[in-house]
Amino acid sequence: MRPVKTITGTMVPLDRADVDTDQIIPQQFLKRIERDGYGEFLFYNWAHTDDGSPSSDFVINDPTRRQAKVLVAGPNFGCGSSREHAPWAIQQWGFEAVITPSAADIFRNNSGYVGLLIVELSAEAVHQLMELARDPRAEVTIDLETQTVAAEGIEEHFDFDPTSKDRLLRGLDGIGVTLTHGDVIAAHEAGRASWLPTAVG
Amino acid sequence: MSTPRTLFEKVWDNHVVVDSDPALLYVDLHLVHEVTSPQAFAGLEASGRPVRRPDLTVATVDHGIPTTGRTLGIRDPLSKKQVDALVENCRKNHITFFGIDDPRQGIVHVVGPEQGLTQPGLLIVCGDSHTSTHGAFGALAFGIGTTEVEHVLATQTIWQARPQTMAVEVEGALPWGVAAKDLILGIIAQIGVSGGTRHVIEYRGQAVRDLSMEQRMTVCNMSIEGGARAGMIAPDETTFRYVEGRPFAPKRADWDAAVAAWEGLVTDPGASFDRVEVLDAAKLVPHVSWGVNPAQTVPVTGRVPSPDSYDDPQQRDAAVRALEYMALRPGTAISDIRIDHVFLGSCTNGRIEDLRAAAKVVEGRKVDSRVNAVVVPGSMQVKAQAEAEGLADIFEDAGFSWRDAGCSSCLAMNPDVIPSGERCASTSNRNYEGRQGRGARTHLVSPAMAAAAAVSGHFVDVRDWESR
Repeated sequence: MRPVKTITGTMVPLDRADVDTDQIIPQQFLKRIERDGYGEFLFYNWAHTDDGSPSSDFVINDPTRRQAKVLVAGPNFGCGSSREHAPWAIQQWGFEAVITPSAADIFRNNSGYVGLLIVELSAEAVHQLMELARDPRAEVTIDLETQTVAAEGIEEHFDFDPTSKDRLLRGLDGIGVTLTHGDVIAAHEAGRASWLPTAVG
Repeated sequence: MSTPRTLFEKVWDNHVVVDSDPALLYVDLHLVHEVTSPQAFAGLEASGRPVRRPDLTVATVDHGIPTTGRTLGIRDPLSKKQVDALVENCRKNHITFFGIDDPRQGIVHVVGPEQGLTQPGLLIVCGDSHTSTHGAFGALAFGIGTTEVEHVLATQTIWQARPQTMAVEVEGALPWGVAAKDLILGIIAQIGVSGGTRHVIEYRGQAVRDLSMEQRMTVCNMSIEGGARAGMIAPDETTFRYVEGRPFAPKRADWDAAVAAWEGLVTDPGASFDRVEVLDAAKLVPHVSWGVNPAQTVPVTGRVPSPDSYDDPQQRDAAVRALEYMALRPGTAISDIRIDHVFLGSCTNGRIEDLRAAAKVVEGRKVDSRVNAVVVPGSMQVKAQAEAEGLADIFEDAGFSWRDAGCSSCLAMNPDVIPSGERCASTSNRNYEGRQGRGARTHLVSPAMAAAAAVSGHFVDVRDWESR
C-alpha cells in the first residue's frame, strides 16, 4: 500500500445522512473477481438515469469537480453491507479521503486497510466544509501526521487510532505486521480447548 | 473476587492475542462466500502465503446463485466465474465447501448454525455484514471486508478496536401475533440506524429469554441495521438444546466440557454497560417499513409519516427523498399500500420457523392474482425439511413459487431482481434504494405479515387473521 500522509485537493459535497454501501456501489457491480475497475460505478444509481446516461444534476457528474480528492458526506456514511468494493469505488473514482461526522464501523475498517482516509469531524465542522465546497475550486488539506483538517476559515483536529495511523503513514502491509506476532498467535492457538469445532468432517 | 464482566467482555478476553487497542483477536470460525473472497484468495496467492487454518474455515455459495434451474448451471457469466473461483480456491486450500449441488448449501448465516459450527463463545467472522446473526448463540460475530478476509485466511486473527457495550433490555412478553422481526424493527426504530455504531449490543430481558434460537437469530441478524458491530444473547438451555446433536457440535465428553464452559457465558451481576436501552415488549406491534432505511418503519395500523414530523433537518430531507423514491404520500394508511411482489426468505427470515409462520397464514388461501410471491428457503436443508412437513405444498397450492436456497431477492445479485417501480413486501433486512433492483421499492415485514400481504395484495394486520 502507498503511504498516506497529506492530502490537498478540492471537494465534492454529498449532503445526505446514512449513505449506505448499496448506494456507494450497487450489487450488480460486485460480480467481478478483480480488485480494480470500480470507479466508474461509484454512486451508480444516483449518477445515472434509467437509460444509463449520466444524471447531470448529481454532484459527482459536475465536470468542474472531476479532479476532486475529498468527499464531504453526512453522518453514518458507509452503513450497511461489508462490501470493500465501496472504498475501492470511492478511491478508484479519484477520492483520497472522506470527511464525515461519522462513518459506519465496517466501512471505516475497510477504508483503513486500502488507504482511503476517513476523517470524522464534528457535525458543525462538516457543515462548514459542505458550505465551502459549494465552490468547486475550494481546497482542503488533511494532514494525517498532525491529525488536522485545514481549509479557508477552518482548522480542526480529528481523532485517529494510532495503529492504523502508523500503518497508513508507512504504507505497511497489514498481514506482514500481524505475522511479526507469529509467536503469540501460535501460543494462543496451542492453548485453545480441544473441543472447539473444526470444519473437518 | 474478579471484576464483574459482561458476556461480550468474557468472549472478547478469551480471544485476545495481542492486548492493545486495537487488539489482535483469534478467530475460531471463518465463514466464506463467493462475492467477498476472490480478491482475498488472489492476494494470498500473489504474496505466496498459505491459508493458516483451513480446518477453521468453511465456505458456501449464496449471494449470486440462481434459485431455479440449477441443473442448467449458472447462466450469468460473471456470477459463474465468481462461483468457479471459490470452488477452485477451496480445492487448492483444502477448505470445507458446501457447493451448489451439496445438500448442505445455503445462506452462510443459515448454514453455520444448522451444521452446529456456530457455537457459544466463539469468535466468528465472515465477509458479510449479517455475520451478527451468530451472536444469537453468545458468539462474538461480525462482518469484515475483503482485505480482512485475506488477513484472517493468512493469520487466523483480526485487529479490532474495542467496542463499547450496549444493553438492550426487553421486558415483558411479546404479544400474540408480534414476531421477532417486529421486535428488532422496534429496537432499530428506537436507537436509529447509527445508534449502535462502535457498540456491541447484548439483548436481554424476559422477552429475549423466551425467544427460540431461530427468533434470536432474526434479532441478532439485524444488529448491523442499528449500526452495531455485533449483537449477542447469552447462551442458555434453549441454545444448548439447539446445538446438541448437530453435525459439527461437540460429542460425548467434549459436549460436557463445552457446556460447562458455555454456562459461564453470562453477564455477571454488577457488570455495567456503556449504554442501556429499555423496551416494553407488550407495546410492540407488527411493523412495516415505509422508507429506505430500516428505521423508517411504522406500525401496520399506522400511516406514512410526514417529513415535517422529523425535527432534524437532515432526517427531514431524507424522509422527503425516501417518499419520492417509494412513491408514497404522507398520511396514506399502510393497509392501503398495494404490493406487486412478496419475497419470503433471507438470512433474517429464511429458516424453518419463518416458513411455518408464513405457511400457517397461507394455508387454504390463494395469493392475490396481481402478486408475484416467492419462497426462497435459507438453505437446502430448510427446503428439505419444509417439503417433509408439507409446507412446500401449502405454498405451491396457494400460488407461491418454491425455490432453491440462496440470498436471492434480498440483494438481487442473482436473477431474482424486482423490476423498477414495483413494490415488494420482503422478509429481508434492508429496504435501501435499489437493494432489490434499481428502482425497486422494498417494504420490510415479518414472514406472517408478508404471507398475509401476498394473499390480500396489500398490507394487512396479521393479528386480525390468525386464529388464536
